[in-house]
Amino acid sequence: MSAEPRDRTNDFAFKIATVNGTGSASANDLVRRAIFRMGIPVSGKNLFPSNIQGLPTWYEIRVNHAGHTARSPEFDLVVAMNAATYARDAAEVRPGGWLLYDSTWPLPKELEREDLHLLGAPFSGLCNANFAGSRERILMKNITYAGALAGLLGMELDIIGELLTEKFARKKALLESNFLALRLGYDHAIEAFDCPLPIRLASLDATADSILIDGNTAAALGCIYAGATVAAWYPITPSTSMLDAFQSFSRRYRGLGDPEGARVAILQAEDELAAIGMVVGAGWMGARSFTATSGPGISLMNEFLGLAYYAEIPAVIFDVQRTGPSTGMPTRTQQGDLLLCAYASHGDTKHILLLPGDPAECFHFAVAAFDLAERFQTPVFVLTDLDVGMNDWVVPRLEWDDAYRPDRGKVLGAEQLDELGRFHRYLDVDGDGIAARTLPGVHPNGAFFTRGSGHNRHGAYTEDGAEYSDVMDRLARKIDGSAASLPVPEIRSVRGATIGIVSVGGCHRAVLEALERLAEEGIRADYLRVRAFPFSPELGAFLQSHERLFVVEQNRDGQLASLISLETGYPRRALEKVGGYGGLPLSAREVVEGVMAALATSSAPAVSQPRRANA
Amino acid sequence: MTYIAKPPVRHPALPRNALGLTMRDYEGAMSTLCAGCGHDSITAAIIQAIFELSIPPHMVAKLSGIGCSSKTPTYFLSQAHGFNAVHGRMPPIATGANAARRDVVYLGVSGDGDSLSIGLGHLCHAIRRNVDMLFVIENNGVYGLTKGQFSASADVGTRSKRGEENRQTPIDPVLLALTLGATFVARGFSGDKAQLVPILKAGLRHRGFALVDVVSPCVAFNDHVGSTKSYQFTRQHARPILIADYVPSADEITTAYAAGSVRPVTLHDGSTVRFRKVPESYDPTDRSGVESYLRERASYDEVATGLLYVEEAPEMHEALGTTVTPLAHLPYEQLCPGADALFELQNGFR
Repeated sequence: MSAEPRDRTNDFAFKIATVNGTGSASANDLVRRAIFRMGIPVSGKNLFPSNIQGLPTWYEIRVNHAGHTARSPEFDLVVAMNAATYARDAAEVRPGGWLLYDSTWPLPKELEREDLHLLGAPFSGLCNANFAGSRERILMKNITYAGALAGLLGMELDIIGELLTEKFARKKALLESNFLALRLGYDHAIEAFDCPLPIRLASLDATADSILIDGNTAAALGCIYAGATVAAWYPITPSTSMLDAFQSFSRRYRGLGDPEGARVAILQAEDELAAIGMVVGAGWMGARSFTATSGPGISLMNEFLGLAYYAEIPAVIFDVQRTGPSTGMPTRTQQGDLLLCAYASHGDTKHILLLPGDPAECFHFAVAAFDLAERFQTPVFVLTDLDVGMNDWVVPRLEWDDAYRPDRGKVLGAEQLDELGRFHRYLDVDGDGIAARTLPGVHPNGAFFTRGSGHNRHGAYTEDGAEYSDVMDRLARKIDGSAASLPVPEIRSVRGATIGIVSVGGCHRAVLEALERLAEEGIRADYLRVRAFPFSPELGAFLQSHERLFVVEQNRDGQLASLISLETGYPRRALEKVGGYGGLPLSAREVVEGVMAALATSSAPAVSQPRRANA
Repeated sequence: MTYIAKPPVRHPALPRNALGLTMRDYEGAMSTLCAGCGHDSITAAIIQAIFELSIPPHMVAKLSGIGCSSKTPTYFLSQAHGFNAVHGRMPPIATGANAARRDVVYLGVSGDGDSLSIGLGHLCHAIRRNVDMLFVIENNGVYGLTKGQFSASADVGTRSKRGEENRQTPIDPVLLALTLGATFVARGFSGDKAQLVPILKAGLRHRGFALVDVVSPCVAFNDHVGSTKSYQFTRQHARPILIADYVPSADEITTAYAAGSVRPVTLHDGSTVRFRKVPESYDPTDRSGVESYLRERASYDEVATGLLYVEEAPEMHEALGTTVTPLAHLPYEQLCPGADALFELQNGFR
């Protein structure tokens, strides 16, 4: 173990504690964006309350030159702007770290800690002296701490200025106020503190081909590019911003609000039951349609999801998971809907799930979801979570191939129906489990009765067990057969690996970082990230080739592990679950500590001799 | 088996509509409802209405929920796509379908159990959105398929077949629809086809949500003494006070009624609904007036039937501002912004 202090340039994390509804979000966004524009990988995690105004809120920013942007629970610096949380905010600074606070008033007792550096800046005093209105004073206080951070961390002031100019291009008064506030904070920091701190920024060239985007925005964009024309939804955190984004993209790309007419219909439903019903209705008519919701919405949608599965109607459902059960913690993240979505509804059902690991995949999987839903004539879920959906991530620029055309699946047109004469809706002509469908309003020969009640291969009502089973068996073949068309798992193998780690979704970046840290501890691990359900055969092969297996996921009961066990027959108890479920984005530390603890307490001889990293 | 096809026999002398089709082209499978069920009479009225309007059968989408009434779309228009949704939730299916294909004619058939209990919220919101569709509630005050429980439209004091008395106040879909701002509200009686057919035709031609509540006695569970939705009770208490004729825009309008007793209302496509024999003060476009009139008749134990209220207001697509071309027909090229636009957009994500 070496005590030599590591270079902290472009490698640190800080946290900003504010009061919800005071306008701190734009200041935090400004800071994070400025770091990104300096070419340095950065992430922001917004820990917000289920509240509009008054409750505490935090924003965590992690800077990492190597691109590790999972949440870091070790804070080098905390900006304490909320007196109500002083005590816990001060306690979160690592020993030897920094605490920036508003020194307009005497130092509060809660902030006193001998093992850290206290940085007092009179933010309120500066704003009171320079701004007139009470609202402006509150808002500009946020920009003054952004200015102080710029000084302390060595941020390029020009870049912040450029960002402000872009944002307030048409609001000159606001631009001036923001510039003034920024300067007040910055100048104070430069004069009063030893700037920059050892935790500092230095321009890199690591983000030139990247963007900062949240998963909800990316998924909404994917829906636009996929050609979705009907969106039905009911507001629910943390999915709401996806429809907000879809609406704003529709204004930009689909003529929403134009006199010539919108090439999209966005329906705010009376509840989630209606939202999925509208999606199914539009899918029945041949439009690409989707809904976005979270766990409680999925619970309500179960009835219609069974109908869509059984009557074989395309539908795309985005589930931005949050902490359950019940209302749970609506503004905290979790991966608790895996089992719910995999087998949603009563009776025997199984659904296609796409499991993006970052916002870029949210975009691409959104497009894939519509193709799969139409090809397999079934609901397709895109499961993200609050962390992926609502926080900005650094991802490579999204690419689009203009040669793409939607896969509409087997849909018979008027000419085919003319020739066909008699149409049998659920007849498996091609032997792939997928029967051709027809759309209403096309041809009288295509007419049939779409129903959730028992039906035979011809589409007629039945109460005959054999006829019923015939259709259900085909549905099982169809869905299982879809596995070959789904995104393949991401697999990273290392020589001499002794353990295997399986993970999913937004855990990805934390696991990648953990793999490096585990290697430093002499533990070599292979890694498989599941990207879709039904599972690829590669998952089974991965399980069989490792003696010790860990499943990293963010829920209490190890839902992914259970799902894997159910579907592959691999013993559940041999899949060791790692990862917290308290609502915060996963950190590499949790993964490393979880794996290490399991290896230490278990007799399984899975750990190789400790040696230096990169040996 | 309840899916029984009718033999495709056609009498050469059957009358034909403007499309050259006969009434048989608008029929469906044999009904499997109880003999004498009011719902079957409504089915016959629906067939006649769509036939007379010369709507191509495959351009109709027929939808329903769950229950006896919801079985009936099987019994008409076998050349039209049907959708048997889940219990109470046909309106969302119709809403989404209509959003995708505004050029199709939507006909929803529901019951009092389907629409006034489990699906009440969905009905209210379909009215609120003014989804362009004809929505028929086959109202018998009872859950037939589960054998005789009271529905939400059962009147206070009405008795079940087992002798229980209902003590909960009923939900009247007509008054409800008026309160919610419905743009077309009517009530019929399954035993009065002459009155019902023009109402259905006007409802199909109305642009927006047309609610038609049809009292339809349940012969198995609600046609006994003590029931307020039996044939006998309805015949005694129904008052076809508001007699309306539907006149398609293509027909020459001739005045067959004495001036002063006819009040014409023109629909968006130029067709006309003519109210005749209405009380002189009756104005079918005055929402609060209609509501007080209905309450007044109810106080005399009368069930007022007829086309009660009609109004032209923006339907869902007009409110949403969608293209005239049905969304499902838009070519992909008009939907995808393309690679260059994506690149440009992402400059703002930096």
